[in-house]
Amino acid sequence: MARKSHVQTTINGETVEFLCESRQSLLEVLRDELHLTGAKEGCNNGNCGACSVILDGRLVNSCLVLGVETEGKSVETIEGLAEPDKLHPIQDAFLENAALQCGICTPGFIMSAKALLDSNPNPTEHEIRYWLAGNLCRCTGYDKIVKAVLDVAKASA
Amino acid sequence: MPTVVIPPLMRKFTGGEENITLPGATVREVIDNLESRHPGIKERLCEEDRLKPGIAIYINGLLTRGSLLEHVDADAEIHFLPAIGGGMAKPSD
Amino acid sequence: MAEKKEYKVIGTRPIRHDGVDKVTGRALYGADFQMTGLLHGRVLRSPHAHARIISIDTSRAEAYPGVKGVVTAKDLPDAGDKVADLGEGAVNLKHLCDNILASDKVLYKGHAVAAVAATSPHIAEEACTLIDVEYEVLPPVLEVRQAMEADAPLLHEHLKTTSMGETADEPSNVASHIQHKLGDPEKGFAEADIVVERDFVTGTVHQGYIEPHNATAHFNQDGQLTIWCSTQGAFTVREQVAEILQYPISKIKVVPMEIGGGFGGKISVYIKPVAALLAKKTGKPVKVLMSRADVFEGTGPTPASYIRVKMGATKDGKITAAEAYLAFEAGAYPGAPVGPGAMCIFAPYSIENVVIDGYDVVVNKPKTAPYRAPGAPNAAFGSESVVDEIAEKLDIDPLEIRLLNAAKEGDRRADGPIHPRIGCIETLEATKAHPHYTAPNGKKHHGRGVASGYWFNIGLESSVTINVNSDGTINLIEGSTDIGGTRASIAMQAAEVLGIPAESVNPSVVDTNSVGYTAVTGGSRTTYATGYAAYEAAQEVKRKMIARAAKLWEVNEANVQFADGEFSCINGKEEQISFRDLCAQLGQTGGPIVGSGTVNPGGAGGAYATHVVDVVVDEETGKVEILRYTAVQDAGRAIHPSYVEGQIQGGAVQGIGWALNEEYIYNAEGTMTNASFLDYRMPTCLDLPMIDAVIVEVPNPGHPYGVRGVGEVPIVPPMAAIANAIYDAIGVRMTELPMSPDRLLKAMGKI
Repeated sequence: MARKSHVQTTINGETVEFLCESRQSLLEVLRDELHLTGAKEGCNNGNCGACSVILDGRLVNSCLVLGVETEGKSVETIEGLAEPDKLHPIQDAFLENAALQCGICTPGFIMSAKALLDSNPNPTEHEIRYWLAGNLCRCTGYDKIVKAVLDVAKASA
Repeated sequence: MPTVVIPPLMRKFTGGEENITLPGATVREVIDNLESRHPGIKERLCEEDRLKPGIAIYINGLLTRGSLLEHVDADAEIHFLPAIGGGMAKPSD
Repeated sequence: MAEKKEYKVIGTRPIRHDGVDKVTGRALYGADFQMTGLLHGRVLRSPHAHARIISIDTSRAEAYPGVKGVVTAKDLPDAGDKVADLGEGAVNLKHLCDNILASDKVLYKGHAVAAVAATSPHIAEEACTLIDVEYEVLPPVLEVRQAMEADAPLLHEHLKTTSMGETADEPSNVASHIQHKLGDPEKGFAEADIVVERDFVTGTVHQGYIEPHNATAHFNQDGQLTIWCSTQGAFTVREQVAEILQYPISKIKVVPMEIGGGFGGKISVYIKPVAALLAKKTGKPVKVLMSRADVFEGTGPTPASYIRVKMGATKDGKITAAEAYLAFEAGAYPGAPVGPGAMCIFAPYSIENVVIDGYDVVVNKPKTAPYRAPGAPNAAFGSESVVDEIAEKLDIDPLEIRLLNAAKEGDRRADGPIHPRIGCIETLEATKAHPHYTAPNGKKHHGRGVASGYWFNIGLESSVTINVNSDGTINLIEGSTDIGGTRASIAMQAAEVLGIPAESVNPSVVDTNSVGYTAVTGGSRTTYATGYAAYEAAQEVKRKMIARAAKLWEVNEANVQFADGEFSCINGKEEQISFRDLCAQLGQTGGPIVGSGTVNPGGAGGAYATHVVDVVVDEETGKVEILRYTAVQDAGRAIHPSYVEGQIQGGAVQGIGWALNEEYIYNAEGTMTNASFLDYRMPTCLDLPMIDAVIVEVPNPGHPYGVRGVGEVPIVPPMAAIANAIYDAIGVRMTELPMSPDRLLKAMGKI
């Protein structure tokens, strides 16, 4: 069995230490080692975006990042988004707009939308569609997802 | 009396007749009466005292559970149709 | 029943009950399940599309460090000649078992051959490569017409064509032939002034749910088997696993986790019995997950098909006769949805003379599974394209010709049954009145198309239990897994009965030991049938609460009435109490109240949809862009309009993908060459405009609130609507799906 490495990183503002094999992706580490199962595996090759997390301020597919690469870095996941007594505005907008059906792609979309709005708080519909094109949803036809993100943008404008 | 609409692929048993009116208060009785009038047809519909897999019964346009015990109203229209999905699991998405 | 009236809860848009869990990442899907001592299972799959298995040697895999157990078809009970009884349907048990783990032959690339349980998924994967399988490779049959030829290689030596109970003498790849006939088609065509006949070909497409299949199984020492999984129906998993393992249902508990999409593809079991076998062999819980490639190559796509449609009409647009020939690829084992395709193909029309022939044909591709209105989209691509061509040749507006021939209550469907109250005409009228239909559309290479679709929807069994809480809320226990907001749409129907807000209902989806039998979430049945069961359960609660109020006021039950959430005394006493306040009195008036409802309703109402689409065709690249899309649909009654719109939008977009991009691309050996989301290109949000969903409400008389069910019919019209729009744009009739850039360029004579 492959020898494990010790990794220290920051996840949702907390310092976290874990052991992982070099071949384990960040997605595997989050889900199997740290039990943060909000990031989902849809394809494991970077095409569906269900595993989207924010790494040092940049949106990544966690299935395409190795666990060992996160040493000394900062990871934001869906689990860190809401306040103890309050949802993040993007989460609220998804609920208000009925922007989810089965919900498997939802954490990825919300993290992706957060990364967009962090860098561009007032995107156009086209900018939203361009940015979210890396996240697949098979249930909604995207209509209500795009509207939810537009709503958040409008509220902050 | 109930009316049975004979499936096109079974009309050779009825000499081409499409609709047959005959007595019966359950699907079983209707099929038995059909058989006595048009011998051979029951074997195409049933095996071992149940409906063959792949065949469904509609009574007045509604899909039934496919039981021979199903009640049949006096003025009912009965269709024997191919079971949806070739008999696999449920006719559902 | 079902007349237009004001509702307090129905028709509103509350936040779904499972919403917070799903936007915070807390909701637990099948792959999220964890358990102490869990092993990880992986499946070895066939590299060949058609081969005989000579031998399987698992010894090297078994010896690999970390491997705890290996299973093959030898670990399954002998299926013999038995027919598996799966509630309503019946299916050859050997076919069912062989699709789980191949015994004598592999029939498609990706067919499961063996499985390994190990201490990590990586070790299990590595061990799979150490299983030595010797194959005798056979020529594959990859296309339906090729498979129907007399000299085609046979997949099953014993398969013979059945035609309504009659079995042919010679083996064939054609599993069954069905036929529907109405009137005298020959006479009908003779009366026609114009006859259009065309051939159509559709590709193999996948349901494309984002969550791969998963299953965790554990055998207790007392023989109790528990399976945690994502499924459209926990009870159908229990039935299928019981049949495949020849194990009593009373010893199997299926726990439905949250499910990440299904669309029909998560009804058949694949790895659930495999997880159970591995759990049995190792004595440990085993979690088996599929990769995305496993999902494409090893689970049900929907069939490719060859369809021929011929329709005749008089010069004033009356359709006099219609004929269809439908040959569907079942995949490796019989069971293509050619039956529903044949039932739906001409259902938007009232036609006196019809003949429809359907063929279920096995080919060396994965066994097909239901996909949203299974069979109907393939069929409608043909029929709705031909109707468009007739309209164009007769110079009649495409909606007018549909209205002129529209199916209505009392008309006979081609397969026999008489239409109950349906909303075909209302849907067409609403489409005609929509501003999209009359918006300007004349630019070069721009086109507009319309098409209609029908799906019958189903009823089947549902059970609901309601427990009343002392604070005026209720706990609603159901067996329908929630794939798109049905906790809300079911809870809202109970809330309406009891005059309480939707938020006062706590819905729970529970395991097979904890609720009455409930059929799958599918067939557009959940809001209809499970909602109906919730209505019945709430009615029982209401009756029991009335008895409590009567007891409280010392009056006869007949003197208590219930309206708008208030119980009141209608005779003598001036008494009144709200539902909530009466709940607080349950202790004093006799104890807890439980209401239950079980239904198996036969009154599922058929659903109609008409779509309008504007496209622009890029002359240089052949790419079709969707500029505007409007989907009009009769929902009967929209319980939660947002999730009805969501079903319509999602179905339309799956149809857009089917129309323009999606297909399994095979090489000559029968290997799918695009088994990833990169190469099997589903629509992204950048490919689409907003989808305008228009809800028409023609209440279904077979449901207390008029619900018809909405999930499936929106995928029926898009392919033909887009083909008709492409014709409008460039004057070429596209008859092959998908209408991808290469096919467009060929059709335009550019390559």
